[in-house]
Amino acid sequence: MLTVALLAFILFQHVGDPVTIMLGQDATEQDRARLRDALGLNAPAPVQFAKFVSNAMQGEFGLSLRRAEKVSTLLASRLPATLELSLAAALIALAIGLPLGVYTALRPGSALSQGVLTLSLIGVSLPTFLIGILLIMVFSVSLGWLPSYGRGDTVQVGWWSTGLLTVKGWEHLILPAITLSLFQLTLVLRLVRSEMLEVLRTDYIKFARARGLTRRAIHFGHALKNTLVPVITITGLQLGGIIAFAIVTETVFQWPGMGLLFIEAVQFADVPVMAAYLCLVALVFVVINLIVDLLYFVVDPRLRSSLSRASGGH
Amino acid sequence: MVAILKRWWDGDVLWSWRHTPVAIIASVLLVVCLVAAFGAHWIAPHDPWDLASIELLDALLPPAWDENGRTRYLLGTDSQGRDLLSGIMHGARVSLLIGLAAVMLSMIVGITLGLLAGYAGGRTEAFIMRVADVQLSFPAILIALLIDGVARVAVPRELHEVIAFPVLVGAIALAGWPQYARTVRGSTLVEKGREYVQTARVIGVSSAAIMFRHVLPNVMGPVLVLATVHLATAIITEATLSFLGVGIPSTSPSLGTLINIGNDFLFSGQWWIIIFPGAALVLLVLSVNVLGDWLRDALNPRLS
Repeated sequence: MLTVALLAFILFQHVGDPVTIMLGQDATEQDRARLRDALGLNAPAPVQFAKFVSNAMQGEFGLSLRRAEKVSTLLASRLPATLELSLAAALIALAIGLPLGVYTALRPGSALSQGVLTLSLIGVSLPTFLIGILLIMVFSVSLGWLPSYGRGDTVQVGWWSTGLLTVKGWEHLILPAITLSLFQLTLVLRLVRSEMLEVLRTDYIKFARARGLTRRAIHFGHALKNTLVPVITITGLQLGGIIAFAIVTETVFQWPGMGLLFIEAVQFADVPVMAAYLCLVALVFVVINLIVDLLYFVVDPRLRSSLSRASGGH
Repeated sequence: MVAILKRWWDGDVLWSWRHTPVAIIASVLLVVCLVAAFGAHWIAPHDPWDLASIELLDALLPPAWDENGRTRYLLGTDSQGRDLLSGIMHGARVSLLIGLAAVMLSMIVGITLGLLAGYAGGRTEAFIMRVADVQLSFPAILIALLIDGVARVAVPRELHEVIAFPVLVGAIALAGWPQYARTVRGSTLVEKGREYVQTARVIGVSSAAIMFRHVLPNVMGPVLVLATVHLATAIITEATLSFLGVGIPSTSPSLGTLINIGNDFLFSGQWWIIIFPGAALVLLVLSVNVLGDWLRDALNPRLS
């Protein structure tokens, strides 16, 4: 985390002059000096970094250079939108990708499997933004069924503004969530399929068959369970991917999340916002990795027993 | 000469190619794309960047088969009267060039570091692989965006168009090298224990020569598969960045930039401005992906 913070700080300390960008080329020297003072850009670098870290710990990243608002407030107001979108996309990807992956592994020859696999290759080849644009074209422009931009009506629950409590909010969520999930879906599908095929070939599956267990018990009780470990790893890592691609999806659908904020920040060299976003994403990555590691214990009993042995001192 | 060609034709890989119809179709498509893209200067019906040949009166014409279309512009024109087909051909060239350059660069970096890590071992290995792991856990597009954003801030506005190309290539390449490094390191670890490496060492061949002349050729198979898939990813990443408005500027648009331009006309009914560049992009990426899929199966007989 500290590494990322330092990186973010160094990068943005040494690149560019936000003052010039904010005021434009023809601002007077006095104007610049005043703004520089106001933004605290005149202090020596180590002092600035110490301030940066101690503030960051408290979730404070200073003022946005472009909007002159607190970055923390900006991010907090955008966070729910991105999280709702990402989680919806991840759920769709798992809910559809997992069963399809299992199916294509169990019935490799069937026409449906072939169709699904061909589609998945096309899915990998379709860039996220193009999927979004196509969906907008079909469902918003041609058919007029679903809205194409924004979040619709949101309800404020504490500081969390949610779109999940209104019909409009759900309508607005459908297209972006599908867009975002499609790439992850194909990934989950292909992964589950290849893992499942691999597991089905192993000896213990043959033994299970020989013991006369029902197909259901073999496929879901034994095979699927053992494919889950890599699937959880990849899904966890892909959650990061979802956040990254949320930038794209949010741009296409003008979804008011953090990604859109970040893109605007990149375009206008809004350093504090970029730094804060980076630190937040790094934090999310660390948390996800932790959760993935913990999930291993739930899925893989071998890890549990080795841990209890280590702590129990057998 | 004929004998060599004959042997090559009958080799494993080409045999599998001749017996995989999808791979043949994909190759043909890819060749068409390549010819159209790199021959754009000579075979494109118009020169989209020649200001003299552009007529604003011809702006936003639909494709030729539409009743309002003109045969002069097969796929219609964009908002400035530029021929869309020519634009796509030139755009595909930009996209392909960036993709190829990025793949080359990350291949060179990744292979070198991977060989070094696998062959040297110890601290060098631990350091290189740790860096690769950290970078691999960050999505490529985020890294590319970051580098692009930093470069955008670091250089004056006038130079943005000049540096757009190298920055994009560098960003995409930097995001891609860990995969090569990991693959190469894995195979190098296996090869290192082989007899031929030990023999070479005994007769006093230098480490660098062993790594690049003897080990490298034996670990190239998986790298080739990776490179094919990476080319598709690189083209998509470039298109995505350009679409987000942080990639190639609209003065010499890539496919992504064309789609970005077309996005403004999404709601006003000029569907062709966005659909055709999009279709070209998908076609290109899909054919590369199919070939990559086939190559993986062909080089790895165990899987089939």
